[in-house]
Amino acid sequence: MHADKVADTEKLAKAIRVEPSAAREMVRFDKVVKRFGDNVVLRELDFHVRPGERITLIGPSGSGKTTILRLLMTIEKADGGKIHVDGECLTHSNRGGREVPADEKHIRTVRKKIGMVFQQFNLFPNMKVLRNVAEAPVHCLGLSRGEAEARATELLELVGLGAKLDAYPSQLSGGQQQRVAIARALAMQPKVLCLDEVTSALDPELVAEVLDVLRNIAASTDITMLCVTHEMKFARDVSDRVLMFDQGQIVEEAAPDKLFTQPEHQRTRTFLRALLEEH
Amino acid sequence: MIWDWDYTWDILPDLLRGLVVTVQATLVGSVVAMVLGLVFALLRRSRATPVRVVTGAVVEFIRSTPLLVQLYFLFFVLPSLGITLSGFLAGVIGLGVHYATYTSEVYRAGIEGVPRGQWEAATALNLPTSRVWRSVILPQAIPRVLPALGNYVIAMFKETPLLSAITVLEMLAVAKGLGSQTFRYLEPLTLVGLLFLLVSLPASLTVRRLERRYAR
Repeated sequence: MHADKVADTEKLAKAIRVEPSAAREMVRFDKVVKRFGDNVVLRELDFHVRPGERITLIGPSGSGKTTILRLLMTIEKADGGKIHVDGECLTHSNRGGREVPADEKHIRTVRKKIGMVFQQFNLFPNMKVLRNVAEAPVHCLGLSRGEAEARATELLELVGLGAKLDAYPSQLSGGQQQRVAIARALAMQPKVLCLDEVTSALDPELVAEVLDVLRNIAASTDITMLCVTHEMKFARDVSDRVLMFDQGQIVEEAAPDKLFTQPEHQRTRTFLRALLEEH
Repeated sequence: MIWDWDYTWDILPDLLRGLVVTVQATLVGSVVAMVLGLVFALLRRSRATPVRVVTGAVVEFIRSTPLLVQLYFLFFVLPSLGITLSGFLAGVIGLGVHYATYTSEVYRAGIEGVPRGQWEAATALNLPTSRVWRSVILPQAIPRVLPALGNYVIAMFKETPLLSAITVLEMLAVAKGLGSQTFRYLEPLTLVGLLFLLVSLPASLTVRRLERRYAR
């Protein structure tokens, strides 16, 4: 799979085709609030991500990292504040000069810019691998079945699964399934890719193959990445900035080298120490 | 009273013609129940509260009233409202609508059995809702509920004798007719029972096999 990495990189860059963005900020959270019942998961969270930037979100479970990705992907709805993606508001739309909560139609147009890979892969078990990747481009990008399948084949080859087009997800290993899921997300040509603990459900020896694919994508494209992970080595290699979360707020943010070696806050230090002991 | 074989052979063709009607009513009724049940199940998940409430009330009402009363209503009351249905048509509509209330529950369970991650992945891929249903949810939900749907088809098959009450010449009505002509009920009614058994037993075994195949 890594025999010809340089060629791979060029092919990836061509296959993924992230459109350049005119916006200064690819993602922007403005005082975003999210509650589950009485539990406030995010309290007036502000942060932004520049186009092409790779962000890693770390923090204890329940600190709201995954919720941020799920809000961005519109799987969850914010209880307050605004989210902008690539210069467009995801949470609100403008109707006759007034700002109203975004309707389904508006959400759909902005959501196109975002893709997501899940911890549990969430492939469609009733579809073969090729169709898993080609289905959404046919119905959401208006590609013909033939075009969509050609592009899906290309992407699947680039994640090392060119031989598995006709397999069902249940016939693949976890690592292979997750690579299909990555190809499936990329097939929609998102500008932002959300990675939600994508290696947490994998057997340890399958983690590397997934992270290698992601490293390749990071190295060869301008796609903006938001990554929730406990893989500190990966976070260090790939990300431009690490945000440390606790109780729905950012405790500390810095470049990975700085944050992992000289964290300023006690909370970050305890968290990183616990993480090290675990591994 | 001793079993009369000559009489048995005499009436068998008539009873088999009745069986054909019984099977036809079951098949048409099942199609109605499968389609309408799915419609009920989907409407009960509608985002519009009035749609959910009205559908729920209609389903509950139909399920809580006897099928025979519903058949009488369709056959005897509707004509006074200007809608005249043949016995067979009223019968299959009655059976289909009644069983749709059961199959809608089956579909509901099947739909809820599809993991939430499937919906989330569909959202992440921006698939339109109608496409999510057709490509992702129903293809996973329906195979799993086929055995349960099959059991309702068999149950419906065994309830078709009710249609004799609205002039449909299905098997039981034929047997009753023969009995009242000859005053011999032993042979016709025994044959009706056997013929029902002959169809429903293999059908049950097939459903059992389906159940085992999808039980994972």
